[in-house]
Amino acid sequence: MELFWYITIAIVLSVFFVLDGYDFGTGIIHLFLAKKEKDKQVIAKAAGLFWDFNEVWLVAGGGLLFMAFPTYYASVFSGFYLPLIIVLWLTVFRAIGLEFRSQFKYQMWKDIWDKAFGISSLLLALFFGTALGNIIRGVNLGGVANGISIYEKHYFFLPLWNGSFSPLHENPGVIDWFTLIIGIIAVVTLAIHGANWILLKTNSSINTQLKSLIFKLNTALFILTIFSLIVWFIINPDALLNYAHKPYLIVFPFLYLMGLTGLFFIKRIKKDVHGFYLSSLLIIGGITSSLASMFPIILPSTNQVNESLTIYNTAASEYGLSVALGWGIIGMILVVVYLVVQKRLMAGKIDKMDYGEH
Amino acid sequence: MIFYDRLQFAFTISFHYIFPQLTMGLSLLIVYFKWKFLRTKVDMYNDAAKFFMKIFAVNFTLGVVTGIPMEFQFGTNWAKFSELTGGIIGQTLAMEGIFSFFLESAFLALFIFGEKIIGQKLHFITGFLVFLGSWASGYLILATNAWMQHPVGYEIVENGKYVLKNFSALFSNPWLIPAFLHNQFASLVTASFVVAGVGAFYVLRQKNIEHGKIFLKTGVVFGFISSLLVAFPTGDWNAKNVAKYQPASFAAMEGIFETEEAGAEIILVGQPNMVEKKLDNKIAVPNVLSFLTYQNWNAQIPGMDQFTKEELPDNIPALYYSYHIMVGLGTIFIGLLGLAFFFLWRKKLFDIKSLLWGILLLLPFPYIANITGWYVAELGRQPFLVYGLLKTTNGISPTVSSGNTLFTLLGFAGLYLLLGLLFLLLIGKIINDGPKLQKQ
Ligand code: HDD
Ligand code: HEM
Ligand code: HEM
Repeated sequence: MELFWYITIAIVLSVFFVLDGYDFGTGIIHLFLAKKEKDKQVIAKAAGLFWDFNEVWLVAGGGLLFMAFPTYYASVFSGFYLPLIIVLWLTVFRAIGLEFRSQFKYQMWKDIWDKAFGISSLLLALFFGTALGNIIRGVNLGGVANGISIYEKHYFFLPLWNGSFSPLHENPGVIDWFTLIIGIIAVVTLAIHGANWILLKTNSSINTQLKSLIFKLNTALFILTIFSLIVWFIINPDALLNYAHKPYLIVFPFLYLMGLTGLFFIKRIKKDVHGFYLSSLLIIGGITSSLASMFPIILPSTNQVNESLTIYNTAASEYGLSVALGWGIIGMILVVVYLVVQKRLMAGKIDKMDYGEH
Repeated sequence: MIFYDRLQFAFTISFHYIFPQLTMGLSLLIVYFKWKFLRTKVDMYNDAAKFFMKIFAVNFTLGVVTGIPMEFQFGTNWAKFSELTGGIIGQTLAMEGIFSFFLESAFLALFIFGEKIIGQKLHFITGFLVFLGSWASGYLILATNAWMQHPVGYEIVENGKYVLKNFSALFSNPWLIPAFLHNQFASLVTASFVVAGVGAFYVLRQKNIEHGKIFLKTGVVFGFISSLLVAFPTGDWNAKNVAKYQPASFAAMEGIFETEEAGAEIILVGQPNMVEKKLDNKIAVPNVLSFLTYQNWNAQIPGMDQFTKEELPDNIPALYYSYHIMVGLGTIFIGLLGLAFFFLWRKKLFDIKSLLWGILLLLPFPYIANITGWYVAELGRQPFLVYGLLKTTNGISPTVSSGNTLFTLLGFAGLYLLLGLLFLLLIGKIINDGPKLQKQ
């Protein structure tokens, strides 16, 4: 049962990053490349029409996590208190940037909200990546100092950073140079993804430019990935042991690799949707291979005193998990139906369609 | 310190609830307008649906962006509470995400932008689905709250955790249905006042008069019916539940300091004096409270003297005032809308300026009634987070220091001030542009 919910939540959160990921990426591209008002408007709309539905995946993923792994939810949310609240603030800015930009016709008004949308998208991508980095690296569970826990064994609290910025420090902060690299990887990945989304959904004048951009970013991503793997090995020599024990897990890194390789041929890809699929593979592969490398741990402990959090020591009761299975299946079927209906009714390039003057 | 955590929750939820209370009620009225348009083919009803949809959209956005912090706060600020009860209230909260937010958000964009693409019939259906999603959301969040007010279907295991024993008990909780219905009709009161208020504004300003009259008519009819339903049976029903399951908060919210042998009086006016444990400047009617609660003029109702300090809510004056403000406002709404309803029926409403002004000026007050109503529920639940089981002081995050909470509280205050100003600016603009601009 724990395993089932772990996989479900991993899927929901991956879908969130694939869907809302293109909004983040769209925001990043918008910030740096959109110059003409027409482009700005269309690109903002390519995110604006969908962000709400996409963000619900986060809300649902959070809710499911709360239901299935309450101890984990409590530990992680209070431990990452500051970064999470900052993520919330950024989310607010991004959403109102998208929703409010077209409400007044003044250029100044639009410029402000365009910047709010772009900058908060960029920072959100960075923060989410950093968060993933933290979960891979692990935290000082129980706040151990001199061999003694100062909190209950499954609680912790992280400062945003400590002076050393080193992942090897006894009390690492949220931001150190390892988590920062993962953050940058997330920004690059989502920028690629966003560019693909703009190609798919619009006829903006920067579309031709975007393909060579994707190629360059992809090269950067390739280098960063290798670099991060090396660093990861230095921090945790056992990092990839899971893959040695369970070779079939290799499919996840393979997905990532497929996305990465495919995107080098972006200029030869005829159908825009194929590019989008490839960058989706990147995201899904990236998240799942990180999770698979740790399984069944979901938050490693960096000290010897307290054990890591796993899906087994943080889960809700067996009964709770199994009744949720009943409604969960019905719910997920409905969600897929909505998704299909929505994508069917709103398919195609949005600048060709009449979505009204909004 | 727990003080900042409570203040932060109270502040952020009060702000969040400004938006859903309108969207839940308004979605029903929009569906009504759209349905009326399909039946009568009078364009003005479609204008009305589209006009209020614009107002809905702004409120919805703010509802979403202020709602996500609510869900996060369970984990960030109330971690111990989440750890102990997550296996239970996580069920209803997760269901809210899966069953209602998905539904609402999947079809909202289609409803707002899609009229020309999907055609009238489908447009009506998407509107209906948005309505369904928002009410389902209210239902599930109230199921969560009902469990905190009156926990059922759980069992306590060795490590002190509450685990779910009976899933369906969460939904047959006797607290849930009265609270849900009361809350939904209260949100319909807010929405009706907004619709009628905008109508009154247009008629008084001699602008968009024909649309204004339709708004007024609809708002007054829906508003009158829903304010009656808010008081009776649903308000009364809730009061009986509180008397039964939370007798200490009942005594506090009604302001009964001393138990009276021969039946309790109902307090209309008075200020609680916590030092001398009595009400100053009291106006009361003997025995009525006993009758309202137990249909027996002489039924005994325990006063605050029957409870220890640990059992009583920690902020009795705020609880008492909140309750009396809510009930007082409810009475005023029934009175004013009753009058408006009468003159609407006699076809004179649009000429009675003073009444139109009354409707317009009363517009903020349903918001106040709704927020104070929630203060009754939440302050009355104190000192427990889960009534009778878990003390509020035992629910906070063990590792988050008060300095951090104060920092984020200030951040939320600043951010929400900005949101509030933007909100008023946009709503003002939409109302000023008027429904006519919507013509195709
Ligand atoms: C327009 C808003 C409005 C109006 C006019 C009223 N209420 Fe109310 N009331 C609410 C809006 C509300 C609310 C915000 O919706 C609450 C908070 C919790 C809930 O479920 O509904 C509520 C809760 C609530 C409670 C439960 C408190 C608790 O949970 O401890 C009681 C006993 C009443 N109401 C009683 C009444 C009575 C007798 C009214 C007579 C006129 C009345 N309300 C008018
Ligand atoms: C709009 C409606 C609501 C308002 C205005 C409101 C108001 C408040 C207030 C004022 C407090 C602080 C109580 C105190 O410090 O004495 C509080 C606490 C709290 N409320 Fe609500 N509430 C609302 C709805 C809800 C709902 C629906 C839930 C559950 C799903 C909920 C869960 C909580 C929790 C967990 C706390 C923190 C613990 C506590 O202080 O009791 N609230 N709320
Ligand atoms: C009286 C109490 C509450 C009611 C009736 C209520 C109702 C709603 C409704 C109808 C929405 C949909 C958005 C809209 O139409 O504006 C919404 C949004 C939201 N609410 Fe509340 N809410 C309440 C309190 C809470 C609490 C205590 C939480 C915390 C768990 C919460 C979490 C959320 C979230 C996460 C969203 C955003 C959903 C999305 O992404 O679409 N709400 N709320």
